[in-house]
Amino acid sequence: MSAATLPTPAVDAVVVHKTRGYWRGVFARLLRDKVAMLCLLVLAAIVLMAIFAPWIAPADPIKGSVLKRLLPVGSPGFPLGSDELGRDMLSRLIYGARLSLVMGITPVINALVIGSFLGIVAGFVGGRVNTVIMRTVDVFYAFPSVLLAVAISGALGAGITNALLALTIVFIPPIARVAESVTTQVRSLDFVEAARASGAGAFTIIRVHILGNVLGPIFVYATSLVSVSMILASGLSFLGLGTKPPDPEWGLMLNTLRTAIYTQPLVAALPGVMIFAVSISFNLMSDGLRSAMDVQR
Amino acid sequence: MSAPLLEVRDLVKHFPIKGGLLDRTVAVVHAVDGVSFSLEAGETLGIVGESGCGKSTTARLLVHLIEPDSGRVALEGHEIVRSSNRQRGGVPGGISINRARRQMQMVFQDSFASLNPRLTVEDSIAFAPRVHGTPEREARARAQNLLAKVGLEPARFAGRYPHELSGGQRQRINIARALALEPRIVILDEAVSALDKSVEAQVLNLLIDLKRELGLTYLFISHDLNVVQYVSDRVMVMYLGKVVEIGPVARIYARTGHPYTRALLSAMPSMDPDHRTSVPPLAGDPPNPIDPPSGCRFRTRCPHAEAVCASREPLLAETEPGHRVACHMLHAGSGHTAAPRAAA
Repeated sequence: MSAATLPTPAVDAVVVHKTRGYWRGVFARLLRDKVAMLCLLVLAAIVLMAIFAPWIAPADPIKGSVLKRLLPVGSPGFPLGSDELGRDMLSRLIYGARLSLVMGITPVINALVIGSFLGIVAGFVGGRVNTVIMRTVDVFYAFPSVLLAVAISGALGAGITNALLALTIVFIPPIARVAESVTTQVRSLDFVEAARASGAGAFTIIRVHILGNVLGPIFVYATSLVSVSMILASGLSFLGLGTKPPDPEWGLMLNTLRTAIYTQPLVAALPGVMIFAVSISFNLMSDGLRSAMDVQR
Repeated sequence: MSAPLLEVRDLVKHFPIKGGLLDRTVAVVHAVDGVSFSLEAGETLGIVGESGCGKSTTARLLVHLIEPDSGRVALEGHEIVRSSNRQRGGVPGGISINRARRQMQMVFQDSFASLNPRLTVEDSIAFAPRVHGTPEREARARAQNLLAKVGLEPARFAGRYPHELSGGQRQRINIARALALEPRIVILDEAVSALDKSVEAQVLNLLIDLKRELGLTYLFISHDLNVVQYVSDRVMVMYLGKVVEIGPVARIYARTGHPYTRALLSAMPSMDPDHRTSVPPLAGDPPNPIDPPSGCRFRTRCPHAEAVCASREPLLAETEPGHRVACHMLHAGSGHTAAPRAAA
């Protein structure tokens, strides 16, 4: 076999050079993604709307006049119409952002933390620990989510905190399953074996090698649960187990305006439009984030 | 004679197959069944065999990525034990796995899967030294020096990600990563098998240069007999979890002992168009490692098999100085009709 050996450059000193960090690269790629940026703006606008609700809303979201029920969009004094109790839709939508975002995002964040922890531990350690954790999770996963949410919420009692707890428990199993499967895949790759062969401890390997490769897919999946969370919360509210009237919350508004769909379809659909806007913005932004995090692109 | 750098004695690893109602062990894969060999400082030992013969498992057993069921691995005479300081008192002169790992590093076959896609090249190489307490600046400096040593300019390559490099470049980085802890032994598990021929040649020459420059010892696992011949000083042939022949490379390639080795060598495609290899000398696949044949494991495919081959397992015995073969035909007084006469 004849082949030339590549010449070894004579380098003794440390060559100091600037490398662009991984997260800076992610941020830069995200900024270039127009769809993701648009969704981020929409979400930011809705969050700001929720924060500054008392200053933005034109009218009181709670007080209504039965004389002015179900006014159409564009009525004087009611830019987006009024609901079945005569309350200003615009104000209710603005104030509703607060509760809806909380009911949508908080359970998902909590479940993300707890579910990821369980799934990553199960996937990394494997063996009996994996079996114990995942089969316990499967018990909860076997229940339909609505049923489980209603059962837990009913057992704990009415109220927002209990509803949030119930929703968190509902979302832990699917996130844990995704976390475990992704961790198991990454665990078997050669670079993790190489890290073990160089004597690194389990925590170091998880921190340096596993987390970066695993959190992306988990996060993308978790953000798709935000819209589910909002809908489930509305179901709980309808049964009187979550937010209670007259608190403005988009899901609850959707339910109470159901019968108005024949008389004022536009007004009845407005809370749904808000839920749709938030959900699709979350999903598209998480897709963009995942593409930006995927260095292979 | 000084003690060999690495001594492996009776390494055994069986993988259980679980099944049945209560996940009991219903069968066992005899992946590695009593492998013994020694590795002298400064040499390259090539390990060849078919897929599934246990070469990669043996390599992983050596660096304790898989725990052996039994057997003894000794580094410079110190047995590698999995224990803390407390228990090491039980085995005099033992060495812990963590310390042994600093002396033995491994290069894997898949150059892409061997590198964390989220880390830059420099970070990947510097990871192992930093785990063992080297400060960051020094670890980076070492990473950049190693990049230069494997023929990649640090200014251009240190900040890159694995997907921005070619297969040959990635394998060089894997080699640099293996050298980061300044080991004495480097185990190359099919390290060049996935590369194009020209790149393979460059990487092989790089390995030879590095060995000479840094005083390394190689364990070179491959299925490519040409490559093994080019790179090795001694060769070990494995079949179905057992060592069937071990000896100096020239001896094995010229005056082969074991019928399996002979079949392997004659199965190499011929470079001479007038003497083409027409009929493969070995038929069929190796037997199932879950239920290996009794006695000599090769007897089911061996043209010279006799009754004694089924009843008694041939030991790996020395037929010439430095050349050991596990075959009844070459052991005096074994009972095989082709065996030499026993010394009176």
